[in-house]
Order: sequence, then C-alpha cells, then structure tokens
Amino acid sequence: MKIRPMGMQARRRTGNIAYHLFMAVLCLTMIYPFVWSLFSSFKGREQLYTDSPLNILPEPPTLENYDRLFEVLPFERFVINSVILSVAIPLCMIAVASFTAYALTRLQFKGRNLLFLAFVATMMIPSHVTLIPNYKTIVDLNLYNTYTALFLTNVFTASNAFNIFFFRQFFLSIPKDLESAAIIDGCSRLGVFLRIILPNSKPAIATTAILSFRSVWNAFLMPMLIINDYDKMTLTVGLKYLKEWEPNWAVLLAGASLSIVPIVIVFLAFQKYFMNSNMNAGFGGT
Amino acid sequence: MQCACGKGGKNMPKQEARQHRKGRMTLKRREAATGWLFVSPALIGFSIFTFGAILRSFYFSLTDYSLLTEPEFLGLDNYIRAFTNDEYFYKYFGNTFYFVVTLVPIVLMCSLLLAILINRKAGRITKAYRVALFLPSITSTVAVSMVWLWIFNPDLGLLNNFLTAIGFQTPPMWLSDPQWSKPALVIMRVWQMCGYYMIMFLTGLQTIPETLYEAAEVDGASPVQKFFRITVPMLANTTFVVAILLVIEAFNMFESIFIMTSGGPLGSTSTIMYYIYEQGFTNYNMGYASALAWIFFALIMVVTLIQYRFRNEQGGE
Repeated sequence: MKIRPMGMQARRRTGNIAYHLFMAVLCLTMIYPFVWSLFSSFKGREQLYTDSPLNILPEPPTLENYDRLFEVLPFERFVINSVILSVAIPLCMIAVASFTAYALTRLQFKGRNLLFLAFVATMMIPSHVTLIPNYKTIVDLNLYNTYTALFLTNVFTASNAFNIFFFRQFFLSIPKDLESAAIIDGCSRLGVFLRIILPNSKPAIATTAILSFRSVWNAFLMPMLIINDYDKMTLTVGLKYLKEWEPNWAVLLAGASLSIVPIVIVFLAFQKYFMNSNMNAGFGGT
Repeated sequence: MQCACGKGGKNMPKQEARQHRKGRMTLKRREAATGWLFVSPALIGFSIFTFGAILRSFYFSLTDYSLLTEPEFLGLDNYIRAFTNDEYFYKYFGNTFYFVVTLVPIVLMCSLLLAILINRKAGRITKAYRVALFLPSITSTVAVSMVWLWIFNPDLGLLNNFLTAIGFQTPPMWLSDPQWSKPALVIMRVWQMCGYYMIMFLTGLQTIPETLYEAAEVDGASPVQKFFRITVPMLANTTFVVAILLVIEAFNMFESIFIMTSGGPLGSTSTIMYYIYEQGFTNYNMGYASALAWIFFALIMVVTLIQYRFRNEQGGE
C-alpha cells in the first residue's frame, strides 16, 4: 500500500468521479419526469404535438394550458379541498388514535389486550374487502357526497389502526413516573393525557401526521366513489375527470404538475421528517 | 397502587384493611370505566367501518347483490363461479402474479443497491441524492401516472424519442401493445417505489457496526465477500419487513392501472384489484366483487404466512 500512494489516490479519485456521475444520472432519472412535465405544461399545443419532447424548453412559454385547466374544471377548488382535507383528516385520525392508544397502554381493564389485538389485526385486511360494505353504509347513512364520509372512512379503518399501534409503541417508552406524580397530585386521566403524554409525544405525532397527510393527499378510490360534486372534489379525483374530458395533453400535464408541485414543496420543507417517518413506520411495523 | 399494597401489612386493623381493599376495588373499577370510555369512540367507529364491514363483506360475498335491490342469498355460488365459470378470473390472477413476481425482486434489489450507494459518505451532496431518489415515492400515483402516460406515448412520448435518438429503430408501443403494457407498468412502478424502500434499507444499513467491516478488511475480505457475509445477513430483518410490505403493495396495484390502461389493451394489465372495482362499481355485481375480494384476501394472507414461515426457517426472531 505504501509503495504507490499516488496511484491509489488517483484510483480513488476516478472512483469518486464515477460514483458521482452515476448518482447524478440516477437522480436525473428520478427528477426528470417531474421537471419535464412541469416544463411541458408551459408549452403551446403546437409545440407539444410537433416538436421533439427531448427539447424540454417551452418556446415560447405560455399560460394558456393553465387558463384552460381552470376553465374546464374548478382546479383552484380542488387544491383548496385537498389542502383542507389532508390537514383536517390526519388531525382527527391522530386525536382518535393517540387517545385510544393511551387507554390501551396505561389503563388497566379487562379485554384490553384483546381489543388492541383486534385493532392491529385490521391492518392485515386489504382495503377493498371493506370497500363495498363501507360504500353501502355511507349511502344508507345519507353521507354520500359529504366530507363526513371521508373522515369516517379514514379515522375508523386500517390506516388509523396503524396509528394506534404506533402510538402505543411510543407511549410504552414514556416513563410512568411522570404520570404517577401527576395522578397523586389529583390530575385526571384526561388531564394526564393532554398535559403530560401528548406534549411528550411530538416525534410520534410528527410521524403519524406525515404518513396520514401523505395517504389522504394521495387517496383516490374512496373519494372518487363518494364525492361527485365538483365543488367538493380533491385533486386526485379531479385529475381523473380532467383526463376524461380534456383531449389536449398539455392541459393534462398542467393538471398533473399542479397536483405534484405542492406536495414536492411540502416534502422539501420537511424532508427530514418525511424520511424519518418512513424509517419509523417500517420499524414500528415489525 | 403499589405503595398502598406495601403499607397494608399485618399491623393494619382488619376493618381498615377491608375498607382499604374496597377502595382499591372501586379505584380499579373506575380505571376500567375510564379505559372503556376512552376507547369507546374508536371502538364504535371501527365496529361500523372495519369489524362490521368485514362481516358484511363476507355476507355480501354469499349473495347476489346490486346495491339497488336487497341481497339475495346464493350460498357459495359466487366462489364457485369465480373458480369454474369465469374466463377472466385466472387471466387477471395471472396478471396480478406477473406484477408481484416482477416488482418484488426488482424493487428489492434496486432499493438495496440505492441504499448502499447512498450510504457512502461522500460529502453533503449525498443528502441531495437521497432527496432526489425519494421524491417519486411521495407524489400521488394518479398524478405520476398521468405524466408517465405521456412519457410512454409511442410517437410523442419522452421515452421513445429518447430510444430513437440513441439508435433504436423500432421502439415498443408500450401501453398500446399487449406484449409491452405490463413491462411498461413495471418500469413506472419501480421508478416510483424504489426510493421508499431505499430509506428503509438505509436505516438498516446504519445499524450495522462499522467495526464488522473493519475486521473483515483486516482479514482480507473482498467487497463482494463483505456484501454477502456481512451486509446481507445483517439486513435480514429489514429485508423481511421490506419484502412483506412490497408483496402487499404489488398485489394491491390499482391506481396506476386505472389511470394508465383501464386494464387494457385486451385485458393485459387488468389485475384482481382492478377486476374487483370493475365488477363492483361498473357492473354493480357487488356480491361477486365481494367474493373476489375475499379470495384475494385469502391469497395475500397465505403468501404473507409463507413469508413468515420462510423467515422462521431461516432462523430469524
């Protein structure tokens, strides 16, 4: 090794360059479809249908596709609806999941473990098993075309069972001493939960919030089946109708870009949390 | 409570002890009542939308049911029909298996490879790589499918223009060719799924102590040996979790098919999941769709159990 240090160094350097080149190509493959879609959404119809797609730059850039997009369907409403729902539904999910998990972790009562097992077991059930009966329940309860239906089918189904499981795992790691002290001081169980447990559960809340946010933002089948009013639709469902109604692909790419850009911004802002939640989820699931 | 028990020794007068025990009982009962009160919202909700729904789904699977009329009891007819009298059933099962058998190993290997590449500490830029590789997995499959639909366009799409530019004279027709429609979907899904599992593998990799590699290096192990003798066995648990999640995700492929092919061309990309949707919400054969859902559920359970079994035989915890 000591004989040819220069050679070693040179080899390492070429190795490094090769590595970075390879990674750059890989990353480009991952990002390019998004960039290309975004750029294409500013191309005129003429250019999109005649020019080579390898020429990514719109010449000249135009906003006509976005004008058309908002003309065909109320996309500004879709964005607002998606944002509201993907904040509000996860909040409800977390409230119910953490509350339930607390009882299942710290309160002694008969049947507790069985109950926990029942919740966790539902994670194994594929969503399409419950799809048809839930659709019927919603129609029977006169909740068709309401947000209440979307709340109920998210808060009380398998994805929230995962949250219950996850919170329970987390609560088990919080020392009991804090709680016992508060109870001796006369704090109620609800008070303990709200003032001691929740403030100490920020990492668990962040993880479940991000996972739930992502699943609600991307949800497609249930909102498509339940919501049929354009004023109430979410972005993913709106895209489906856009595809049915609009023949011009430049407009469709504008719609797709509009639904991709916000989540990418949220992701870039909170990327550390996104990746941590992904890790936690995987290992909470074991 | 524990302190109270400690205090209640022999010296305590009988009556006081009894009273003490009574107090403990009510305290216990109160705790149980609080417990049930706390879980009741979730319990009621789950009873309707999950536990109850599962039971009702099974009941529907035994009936002829179109949502508009009352379910009519058929017994096992729907199940018999699926296995003996439905030409699409086996075909769509075959398609589903195709996606599972291709996606699971490809995504598993690609995401492990990406994780190893990303785990190299090569300056701050690796963080940027990580973000870029993870990006496709956070966006909605519906939106991404719209983009890829245009990428796969035979004449105007990005992919074929690129392939012609680098010398392929007759690139495939992708989604309009029954031969190429499945590979096209696999390409798109691999692209989208890898980053997600990469992060899981990365977490696993970071738990492997550096000293193991150093020791192996001292013993003169080659990089290949280090990979197979250290990395692979140390990642066994992670790989198991990834494999379980991947199999379930591959079985449940739906949105990309819905947007990109609607099961076509010639039913070449229709999966069981898509077939359930079609039978239930296009043809309104809700009973038959429920039976399909249960067959499918049983299948996923069996595959998952086999995976667990395999894992146990390999000696995992």
